[in-house]
Amino acid sequence: MSKQKSMWYEFYKGIWEINPTFKQILGTCPTLAVTVSVMNGIAMALATTFVLVFSSLFISMVRKLIPNQVRIAAYIVIIAAFVTVADLVMKAKFPELSKALGPFVPLIVVNCIILGRAEAFASKNSPLRSFLDALGNGAGFLLALVVMGGIREIIGSRTFLGYQVMPNGFEPWLIMILPAGAFLTFGLLMGFSNAYLERKKRIEQQQKILQYRKSENELKEAEA
Amino acid sequence: MKIVIHMIATLTIIGVIAGGILSEVNDWASPLIEANQKAETEKAIFLVNPEGKSYEAVANADFEIYKVFDENKNLSGYSLAYEGNGFQGKIRMMIGLKSDLNEITSIEILEQVETPGLGTKVTENPFKDQFKGLQTTPQVNWVKGKSPEQPNEIQTITGATISSKSIVAIINSGLEKARKLQKEGKL
Repeated sequence: MSKQKSMWYEFYKGIWEINPTFKQILGTCPTLAVTVSVMNGIAMALATTFVLVFSSLFISMVRKLIPNQVRIAAYIVIIAAFVTVADLVMKAKFPELSKALGPFVPLIVVNCIILGRAEAFASKNSPLRSFLDALGNGAGFLLALVVMGGIREIIGSRTFLGYQVMPNGFEPWLIMILPAGAFLTFGLLMGFSNAYLERKKRIEQQQKILQYRKSENELKEAEA
Repeated sequence: MKIVIHMIATLTIIGVIAGGILSEVNDWASPLIEANQKAETEKAIFLVNPEGKSYEAVANADFEIYKVFDENKNLSGYSLAYEGNGFQGKIRMMIGLKSDLNEITSIEILEQVETPGLGTKVTENPFKDQFKGLQTTPQVNWVKGKSPEQPNEIQTITGATISSKSIVAIINSGLEKARKLQKEGKL
């Protein structure tokens, strides 16, 4: 299956077609928890992408050496090693961010996006394809977190990336930075993206029906 | 049998490599992390005791309390780090005290998980400024819905009464411990 697909597709599909948050619905726990502000979302997505890219690449390289029976255990050890590296680097170099993300950095180990991509893609494809796939999924995750964080930060605390964007007269909606706001935003975004896709599909179907009717009419005319 | 050996060997090799990499990274990171934590505590100590120039941890104390000295090496006050329960979780704060423990110089909230927008107002200046120069004898008290009349009273935040009361409770239990140390002559 991977033979016909272009390298660009492997990267691109993660952003929209199989977006980890809105299409695969994986990694929702950090998505809901850390998107109080855009900066937290970006940091979380970058940490996840780092782990995702390196573990996918590594797992893909050693995929033929690992016996099938212990593959999950091996993947988890590899992922946990990269997560610990990311956690230590963040604590050493960006203590503020590490504090804001709290327990969610160590929890990347059990983030389904990473194990999901390792199991579904990296264990069956070449390192280059796995690398691009991981990068695409990371970008998709980043996009989702930035959009969610942006909406919640703008409405919930009037700022974007810490800069005030809403006028002072706008009363911030506290609910948007509380957990309930995360569920509301997530649900609405997923609803909108599904509604858009449904509409697109329906239009395509109707066009096909129209085309079919047209050709049917032409046939009838020809017969007559 | 062959597959069993293969399984054990693979997992062992992966584990050893991962462990080796982690120990290297940890060697690099741990001094930096320690320095960050130390810098943070140091910053908070001087934040609540602005006249301080140097500090020293009090030995024999079962909680974190620091002696703060001014530029002439005279004792100017104490900074104590203390924690207690807030509305949703732990609140950890640094309390600055004059050397006789009878007046607060300033307070600083180090860690909290209060409700955003309501409980988190305890970290903002209008609330914290109430503690500047607050008398602590016999203890700190709070009033609700009216302006404080006594020199040892503060007003709670509307909508965040529990968070405000928690701060007062943490200060009082910290003070009690500090006074006990003072009585025993360990300060």
